[in-house]
Amino acid sequence: MELQLLLVVSAALFGIGVYGALSQQTFVMIMMGIELMLNGAMLAGVALWGVSGAGAPKGQLLIVIILTVMAVEAALGFALVIGIFRTRQADMTEMLDELQG
Amino acid sequence: MTDAALVADVAIWLFGGGSVVAAWLVFRTDSMVRAAYWLLASFVAVGMVMVLLQARFLGLVLVLMMAGEMTIMAAFMVMFMMNPAGLNPMSMVHQHTTAKVAGVVAFAGLAFVGLVAEFPDRPVDPASEPTAELGEELLGDSMLIFETAGVTLLATMIGAIAIAGKRGRFGNAQEGSAPPPVDPDAPAGPDAHPSPMHGGHGGHGGMHH
Repeated sequence: MELQLLLVVSAALFGIGVYGALSQQTFVMIMMGIELMLNGAMLAGVALWGVSGAGAPKGQLLIVIILTVMAVEAALGFALVIGIFRTRQADMTEMLDELQG
Repeated sequence: MTDAALVADVAIWLFGGGSVVAAWLVFRTDSMVRAAYWLLASFVAVGMVMVLLQARFLGLVLVLMMAGEMTIMAAFMVMFMMNPAGLNPMSMVHQHTTAKVAGVVAFAGLAFVGLVAEFPDRPVDPASEPTAELGEELLGDSMLIFETAGVTLLATMIGAIAIAGKRGRFGNAQEGSAPPPVDPDAPAGPDAHPSPMHGGHGGHGGMHH
């Protein structure tokens, strides 16, 4: 029962993340949505590791990889925000409606 | 069930519920800086659940990492965004119905699988030491994976600097950039702000060097 409720919580985090990533116009807010999706994935991983996976060390390794993905996402996301701001002075998706720059 | 286990269970539910509420508030607050800190609250709550589920090291690493990242995010909001403090409430969403439907479908689908699927009941042995086991895994059998993650982060750093650097791949990144027009109907361009205070490049957002 504990595992199922934790999985529902992680599904809720993921769903809110999907909503945020699709609905927000500001680049940094879209990044927040993506981070929330990863947050939900990580919670599901830890819940399965802790309640159902008998604490196998490779389960924790998977969480380390999710943490790495989060760091990569944040670093490249911030870099892209800076890069787009330098070339287009844009901070919202609607400002980027053509490819040619 | 012992008292300690009951307290741990209640704490898991409080933190789990709190993480969802904080995540929801991220997209409900007008202030983007507050949104960054609500996201941090959500991560801290998940980190605490991880600690309570015996993944103590990873839970604390998550809290530390996110505290730094959300501080950077809040600084980014102030540097780049038009309305970081939410003093001038405005709608910053698009395709709202699609997004809501996608979010609800994602939640419903994943929650359904989580509730229906049968997983074995094999909790972590309370006598084990997950942190020591993780350390031996990272620097033992799975060292190649761990090292690959490290090299990935190094490549990310190099790539991020290449993208964000003032001197871009094709020369000066600010060459030909156009400040956004103050009047939404006016054309964008270097002359969009004719006043000497805002002339030229970088009139918006403190990008002067």
